[in-house]
Amino acid sequence: MRRETILNAVLYLAMPVAAALAFAMDEPFLITLITRAAIFALAAVGLNLALGLGGLVSLGHAAFFGIGGYAMGILAHHAQTYSPMIDSWIVIEGTKSMPVIWLVAVVTSALAALAIGALSLRTSGVYFIMITLAFGQMFYYFAISWPAYGGEDGLSIYVRNSFPGLNTLDPMQFFVLVFVILSAVLWWMGRLARAPFGLALSAARQNAERVETVGLGPFRLRLVAFVISGAVTGLAGALFADLNRFVSPTMFSWQMSGEFIVFIVLGGVGRLFGPVAGAMLFVLLEYLLSPLSEFWLIYVGAILLLVVLFARGGLIGSLAGREVAHD
Amino acid sequence: MTEPLLHVDGLYKAFGALQATDGVTLTLMPGEIHALIGPNGAGKSTLIKQIAGGVTPDAGRVWFKGQDVTALSTQARAQAGLGRTFQISSLAMEATVLQNAVLGALGRAGSVWRFLRPVMRDAALVAQAQAALERVGLADHAATRTAELSHGQRRLLEVAVALTLKPHAFVMDEPMAGLGASGSKRMTTFLDGLRREAPILLVEHDMDAVFALADRISVLVYGKIIATGTADEIRADPLVRTAYLGEEDVA
Ligand SMILES: Nc1ncnc2c1ncn2[C@@H]1O[C@H](COP(=O)(O)OP(=O)(O)OP(=O)(O)O)[C@@H](O)[C@H]1O
Ligand SMILES: [Mg+2]
Repeated sequence: MRRETILNAVLYLAMPVAAALAFAMDEPFLITLITRAAIFALAAVGLNLALGLGGLVSLGHAAFFGIGGYAMGILAHHAQTYSPMIDSWIVIEGTKSMPVIWLVAVVTSALAALAIGALSLRTSGVYFIMITLAFGQMFYYFAISWPAYGGEDGLSIYVRNSFPGLNTLDPMQFFVLVFVILSAVLWWMGRLARAPFGLALSAARQNAERVETVGLGPFRLRLVAFVISGAVTGLAGALFADLNRFVSPTMFSWQMSGEFIVFIVLGGVGRLFGPVAGAMLFVLLEYLLSPLSEFWLIYVGAILLLVVLFARGGLIGSLAGREVAHD
Repeated sequence: MTEPLLHVDGLYKAFGALQATDGVTLTLMPGEIHALIGPNGAGKSTLIKQIAGGVTPDAGRVWFKGQDVTALSTQARAQAGLGRTFQISSLAMEATVLQNAVLGALGRAGSVWRFLRPVMRDAALVAQAQAALERVGLADHAATRTAELSHGQRRLLEVAVALTLKPHAFVMDEPMAGLGASGSKRMTTFLDGLRREAPILLVEHDMDAVFALADRISVLVYGKIIATGTADEIRADPLVRTAYLGEEDVA
């Protein structure tokens, strides 16, 4: 077996094993912490399709994270206040059903990614980074100044949303739900990278001219990647909001986008489990260091610097070596 | 009279004060190899880029299979059946040799919007890619990372990828560069047979290859075609001798 495969399996199993241990020790807070890492991982797995495979450094993925979060917040808010969301010639009610909320989160963030991608993918390099950043900030300021849904204060949801057959308020059950979603998305991303689309997208990253010369369009490949990427991050946003039972404009902030990039860089750009490793490490550092110092992020920054300088390919790269081309 | 497959009609292109293409008209007929020669900086690559995509002419038209392709993207011209190789290899360097060839087969099949099944398990695509690698003699390097190929091997891979497209015409910018003497000879033999599949517009500095292969030769100097004719006509042309061949050893 390849070293990276073994490493991936270890990283993958670390989460449920840690959750089971926390469960055995009756530490629900730790389960919630692991769930948080899994959701961050999911958000960054979404970004990694655009950033790692597609080479599109988006500093605006918080937009999709926030859209997913507000999709949950708005739907649940209307459901808990028994006020219809739209009440004119058609009536649209809120909902507390997770599957419906996820669907709405995925569709709205995909549509937003389509619009943002269509505009920003005409640029590249630093301009692309700046434009995606600008779009993200646009959503941030909009959320702050939109009083209907809490403005700057955000929206609290009293009870976690429901999933058929589960008690989602139970930390362990909610973790399993999140973990199953993360697993499904990871499985798909692994397939996607090897599928015809993945080969063409990765070739477009390496050499757009090559892709054009065989009659394929880099722009469309990137746009589709960006949409899928945004949709996955949007789904993570809905889960994150449900985890906290709270959404606020900070989900849209550029610091959020930056953190997703940090997860990917820490773990390994373009590696399937890079974002998982990065998110786990980040949450672990946060847990261990934040009680010691309120400036714990400085240490994270130092570690990030070390990784960038000395461990090209991130954690996965330094432990498993250079990426081998897919067979 | 048969129609030309490719017809370049009165093309002009300037880079600032430099007239890189200065009223070029040429044709590529079915079944022929039309060689384009000229000194360094004559504007050969610039002309190729206007034909295959990448550089937009200031004036003039490019016709391919009776269709005006002047305003089309590189991608659309490839889809229309123009197979092209670059003077400076342009490949996906982190991918394997086979993956580059499969990418070509994928482009030809147009079946890129598939998100689940591994492309390297697609027997039809891989077979086409492998066949193309075999034809240029790269089959043994199928699993090699492209970045590890020598310059000559990269040229061969470019040709192989162009083959997977099953194009109606080839446009090749110095495919022999870096191949060495024996490699050039093999490529010469290969291109000789290839013209039966699709005609070739061939930019080449290797004069042995050009004189051995070309049905017609056009000589480009300072962006202008100063002569077009058979190998013998070009050898005998006094204008060509002074402008170009004089500097090279033709005897
Ligand atoms: N994008 C560009 N911008 C400005 N000048 C250019 C550009 N591309 C080419 N040129 C100039 O146009 C002229 C023709 O270049 P071109 O590459 O077409 O020559 P060539 O005949 O292919 O030469 P070689 O035999 O060295 O490949 C050169 O003087 C070159 O410097
Ligand atoms: Mg040239």
